[in-house]
Amino acid sequence: MTEEIKKIQVIIDDKEIDVPEGVTVLQACEIAEQEIPVFCYHSKLSIAGNCRMCLVQVEGKRNPIASCAMQASHGMKISTKSEMVTKARKGNLEFLLINHPLDCPVCDQGGECDLQDITMAYGPSSSRFKDNKRAVKNKNFGPLIKTEMTRCIHCTRCVRFATEVAGAEEVGAFGRGEDMEISSYLEQAVTSELSGNMIDLCPVGALTSKPYAFKARSWELTPTNSIDVMDAVGSNIRVDSKNNEVMRILPIANEAVNEEWLSDKARFSYDGLMTQRLDRPYIRQDGKLKAVEWHEAFIFAAKEIKKHNADEIAALSGDLADVESQFCLKELMDKIGSLHRDCRQDGAFLPMDERCDYLFNTTIESIEQADHCLIVGSNVRLEAPIINARIRKSTLHHGLKVAYVGPSADLTYKTESLGDKLSILNKILSGSHAYAKTLKEAKNPMIIIGQGALASPDGEGIYKTCRAIADKYGFVHDDWNGFNILHTAAGRVGGLDIGFTPGEKGKDTRKILQAAERNEIKVVYLLGADEIDEDALKNTFVIYQGSHGDKAAHIANVIFPAAAYTEKEALYVNTEGRIQQTRRAVFPPGEAKEDWKIIRALSEILHKKLPYDTRKDILSKLAKTYPAYKDFSRIEKGQWHEIKAIEVRRGMMTLPINNYYQTNPVARASVTMAKCTVGKKDSKSWEKD
Amino acid sequence: MTQSSKYNSVQRKKFYFSQPLMDKAKKIIAQYPEGRERSAILPLLEMAQRHNGGWLSPDALEYVGDMLSLPITRVWEIATFYTMFNTQPVGKFHIQVCGTPPCYLCGSKEVKRACQKWLGIKVGETTDDKMFTLTEVECLGACANAPVVQINDDYFEDLNAESIEKILQDLADGKKIESGSMTGRTGSAPLNTKIRKKDA
Ligand code: SF4
Ligand code: FES
Repeated sequence: MTEEIKKIQVIIDDKEIDVPEGVTVLQACEIAEQEIPVFCYHSKLSIAGNCRMCLVQVEGKRNPIASCAMQASHGMKISTKSEMVTKARKGNLEFLLINHPLDCPVCDQGGECDLQDITMAYGPSSSRFKDNKRAVKNKNFGPLIKTEMTRCIHCTRCVRFATEVAGAEEVGAFGRGEDMEISSYLEQAVTSELSGNMIDLCPVGALTSKPYAFKARSWELTPTNSIDVMDAVGSNIRVDSKNNEVMRILPIANEAVNEEWLSDKARFSYDGLMTQRLDRPYIRQDGKLKAVEWHEAFIFAAKEIKKHNADEIAALSGDLADVESQFCLKELMDKIGSLHRDCRQDGAFLPMDERCDYLFNTTIESIEQADHCLIVGSNVRLEAPIINARIRKSTLHHGLKVAYVGPSADLTYKTESLGDKLSILNKILSGSHAYAKTLKEAKNPMIIIGQGALASPDGEGIYKTCRAIADKYGFVHDDWNGFNILHTAAGRVGGLDIGFTPGEKGKDTRKILQAAERNEIKVVYLLGADEIDEDALKNTFVIYQGSHGDKAAHIANVIFPAAAYTEKEALYVNTEGRIQQTRRAVFPPGEAKEDWKIIRALSEILHKKLPYDTRKDILSKLAKTYPAYKDFSRIEKGQWHEIKAIEVRRGMMTLPINNYYQTNPVARASVTMAKCTVGKKDSKSWEKD
Repeated sequence: MTQSSKYNSVQRKKFYFSQPLMDKAKKIIAQYPEGRERSAILPLLEMAQRHNGGWLSPDALEYVGDMLSLPITRVWEIATFYTMFNTQPVGKFHIQVCGTPPCYLCGSKEVKRACQKWLGIKVGETTDDKMFTLTEVECLGACANAPVVQINDDYFEDLNAESIEKILQDLADGKKIESGSMTGRTGSAPLNTKIRKKDA
């Protein structure tokens, strides 16, 4: 904090306490560790003050006041336990329960319901209401959110979330008084990529998860704190499992990364973990895949690898590959002597002399300090919905101005479009574009470069021109670094960190595929790489290691079944360079094993044994080799250095994601995601209950 | 009031403001400070309803929303909040019977019953010939002249079953009818005074 915040003194339940000026009475009570029950108040949303659950007594006021909506003032005497407050809470709950059904035994919110808890703690023991209760028709919110609108207590959290955070004003409170109902306009399905958060926000069981409906009770679940890998944000998640099956995924609050939110893909694609799984090794004989034992598969692969020169062997790692396995595979390739390897399936241009060359340097949290943001060829909304929500928040609350170069996209906030050709960057660099003036005046400018731009034929020019723009207009100064690469793959930054990239004179993704087509590369090791052009590998011996029988498994000659992200402990590095660890919530199916173990076992059969017997060995090797891996709590960025600009020639590009819901093998196997895909195109066609 | 969000499938011409209305709308919007143009939503919706056969069709709502760059959700919230906006089609004459206690005590029940009988419809319905819609409303603010019925923009006061039937008959016959008190009193003058409309 730079500025000293003035403190005022309030008296809460006869105890004096200093609180910062400007806080509400509710926040003051929170500081004083006095619990106040709330329904409509949420720290990340605007104040509504409509549930009246937070009533407290303030000396000198005749009536109890709603603490969430009143500012604390100096000398205020607040009582949270007086008779008046107790009575008010009881009365308020009795009113709320007039129309709330007592269907807790069949309600998915049961056990984690605010209304249930608060009624237990503060409510009346029975109701005096003898008349008919009101009933409300359920609404169609699409394939993700199940509605039971009779349970709604009209706190409007969902409406405020959709309007303020998600930026998709799709949900509203229609009608008035007793007839008020929460719905989407004409009951169209909610299309926001963040819609699942409304389920968490709803304090009662009005909005619950449709895929999770009637699957489990909250107290039967085993929670495991982990990391999401559906995009490169690295959202913190809690994986709830039961009977070795993932039942649901919820966000864990982390201010630095995902705040309290989670994208729909991260939250709902878990059903893909149960379908199309590779649960035992396979080898292809006479054109058919045959299930075999592990050692047979290893020997089959080893034979083929030994047959060829090191120069005819290549390795590609996919979007969901963790750090350990990429590191092991790289070491194995080194031992074999092959230099052809790449972790950039899309062929994006990314130099890696220093870590800051390929990171989201500003960090997600500091987006709120930026004043100008230039987005280059990225649909942030689909590539990283959580980061997009942060940018939106900054535009609304911190005066961030956003400009955009590249194919247009609806980002949910106001953007100034500078044109769809990336060659405009040349003009911005030379200063002949009007936007250059804006940049000159900016204090904390930032630039976000998308993978689509870097993977375009002009990738190198775009990257270097952006670097030069960053240098010229002071994007990097003191403790501010406004140069950002937005990754879309959870495994990418880790792969770049440990150098899963072509060695000297080695081939990159594009060249490996070309060489394979010409039959110059004879063996390709795919570490979960599914988003490549498989046709190019028709005549190549393909070793596929991964969790799902997705695209690449169909062309594989050997299949090593591997654990998915909920089934292993592994490191993933997010786009900021933050190193985080997943934890095992369930066991991998059948014979599937953790990725690094598979590679370690294969290395032994090849007589190129890797010197790691436990995961700890790998971690300590990583820490020794790469300074960034010494201490996970800080982000090591390396030294900023100058890179000379190359002109952007044509500047044509396509955005990498057009179907947000099916970007990786897990999501493609998910039925829920398939339903969302259909729903995106035609929101009316989503099945109704 | 109907709150259901059923899309009315009646095929109609796309809604738009004609030029003079557009000029008026622009004038209304200009009355609000810059950045707060959205506040013009109420007068604009009123105008739209008036020129759309007495109700706000989805395309009219969208049209007004687009004009003020308000998402349709927000427009729909407002249109359903105010009972004077009709979100379902209404007949040529919108009969709004007040049912709040002052009118009720003075016999609005009789008036309502007479309407239902004469029109052959229930409250909330429209006659088949699309001439009349009957609704029951809350206080119309003319309690001194209870019972009161509002038909389109006009108030009809001091009603009883007979007088409302006559009014309906006249409307059906296309006759011109006079609004105000049916017993002939002036404004809200006390019931027993001798001042008659004609003398005033
Ligand atoms: S649906 Fe849930 S979150 Fe939305 S207003 Fe009702 S109770 Fe609140
Ligand atoms: S929390 Fe204060 S009114 Fe709802």
